[in-house]
Amino acid sequence: MKIVVCVKHVPDAQGDRRFAGDGTVDRAGVDGLLSELDEYAVEEALKLSEANDGSTVTVVTVGPDGASDAVRKSLQMGADAGVHVVDDALHGSDAFATSLVLAKAIATLEYDVVITGMASTDAGMSVVPALVADRLGLPQVTFAGSLSIEGDGPGAKVVIERDGDAFTEVVESALPALVSVTDQINEPRYPSFKGIMAAKKKPVTTLSLADLGVSADEVGLGAAWTSVAGVTQRPPRAAGTVVTDEGDGGAKLVEFLAGAKLV
Amino acid sequence: MAQVLVLVDHVDGAVRKTTSELLTLAARLGEPAAVFVGNGYENAAGALAEFGATAVYTVDAAVNDYLVLAKAEALAAVVEAAGGASALAAVLIPSSAEGKEVAARLALKLDSGLITDAIDVRAGDGGGVATTQAAFAGGFAVDATVTKGLPVVTVKPNAVEPQPVAGGSVPEATAVAVELSDLAKAVKVVERKAKAKSGRPDLTEAAIVVSGGRGTNGDFSKVEAFADSLGAAVGASRAAVDSGWYPHSNQVGQTGKQVSPQLYVACGISGAIQHRAGMQTSKTIVAINKDPEAPIFELADFGVVGDLFAVLPQATDEVTKRKG
Repeated sequence: MKIVVCVKHVPDAQGDRRFAGDGTVDRAGVDGLLSELDEYAVEEALKLSEANDGSTVTVVTVGPDGASDAVRKSLQMGADAGVHVVDDALHGSDAFATSLVLAKAIATLEYDVVITGMASTDAGMSVVPALVADRLGLPQVTFAGSLSIEGDGPGAKVVIERDGDAFTEVVESALPALVSVTDQINEPRYPSFKGIMAAKKKPVTTLSLADLGVSADEVGLGAAWTSVAGVTQRPPRAAGTVVTDEGDGGAKLVEFLAGAKLV
Repeated sequence: MAQVLVLVDHVDGAVRKTTSELLTLAARLGEPAAVFVGNGYENAAGALAEFGATAVYTVDAAVNDYLVLAKAEALAAVVEAAGGASALAAVLIPSSAEGKEVAARLALKLDSGLITDAIDVRAGDGGGVATTQAAFAGGFAVDATVTKGLPVVTVKPNAVEPQPVAGGSVPEATAVAVELSDLAKAVKVVERKAKAKSGRPDLTEAAIVVSGGRGTNGDFSKVEAFADSLGAAVGASRAAVDSGWYPHSNQVGQTGKQVSPQLYVACGISGAIQHRAGMQTSKTIVAINKDPEAPIFELADFGVVGDLFAVLPQATDEVTKRKG
């Protein structure tokens, strides 16, 4: 089975995340890492690969130079090869442009299933998987809390459970398909020492927009279909009152709520 | 005035509160027009009229047999039936996982800009639609406008107080036929397992949310009792959900629900960034935690350093007494 996984390099949520002067996410001045939610996609791909002899897992990312760290982490976890699309013209790309470039990069590969995370941990729109499916003309099977492949060959289908508010939906589709997975689906592995060493020898292909036949004016900040008018840092919440419970904590709490007209 | 399409969120015609919020926001931009997909329109008509829908487009329930793309194709057909993208002011869709995906595929079809997770929507200064979103766990507010095509905007619950419209009359529904593509029909919903109902308000819509975390040690009874005294919804931190103590559909945080209630009560929750991303925009935050150093206290308007198993029962009694 040929499996492609889309991953993203994001600013570390534990660090000091901020916006650059042009309204884009500051990616240069902050520590980055493989988006935590993409680890579930890599893990699910590795599990499928281990269950099907002769499988390959290729990770694809779009982003500046530092984004190669996200590819490397995936290779250390056990993926076989990486593709990194890097181009100065990509700066400020929105979800539409990102999905276009990802789709073009995936189209250079063979695949039975494309797997992504449920959202990035920075912009977090959760729409790139749907858009990549659209661009590739693939069935979209997203927000899988569980995933199984039934049958094989041309009749193979993917079956997922998708957790909603009122229902849990069981969804199925023929392959090839695009699947996004949630953080409920598995427990991502940590890279082993052996994995870290092996990753150094795994192939990573670097591609530019020209290699993919995408012109610079189709991507980047200038091509975005929305415009950021302003970014305001919220003032930190004013320090509140903290009391220590001395047998009257519950009463004091309700007193506060009553004062704020909340009870 | 141009119409603003609002995708109605409902189960068999029982309209969720987000729909009245979207209709209220739509009235700021043009004539609110509801798009109703599925069965039970006759149950929904009154609520749609009450919150100002001046037109309704209905789409056959068969669309719900498939995932996401079918609904995007249905909305595209409604856009056509309503006179085309250039005749409309905006499309507003609830910011659920499905809503955002439907919006993205619709926007791509219409060559139009997309805003997700808006917490405010208003008419732009120079026409068009202006929005506000929260970014980085609520630490930033981003004002953005759509610069291309028909603005497609997904809106978070509690973005606005729904405003009933006096004298609203039930609009006549226009049925829109949808020819689904083979690709849309390739992804079938083969089963819908209904979830057990808690009898409490919906987490994302509730005015008050009481959440439990690691500090409950798996016993949510005191959290639930306090929630019930306040008529609140019950939430859970990722730590509690990962431990199997509470269902994932109640998880508050980056990978669960993002809530923005009038009052959020965090019980035995440390306040990790992943949790804050789901509740930091709450109006008033109250925290109970044994650890005085817990980061949740940095956010709290009122905090109690103490054992939730002592503090909550007393607070529950106190609320019951006052309401008595």
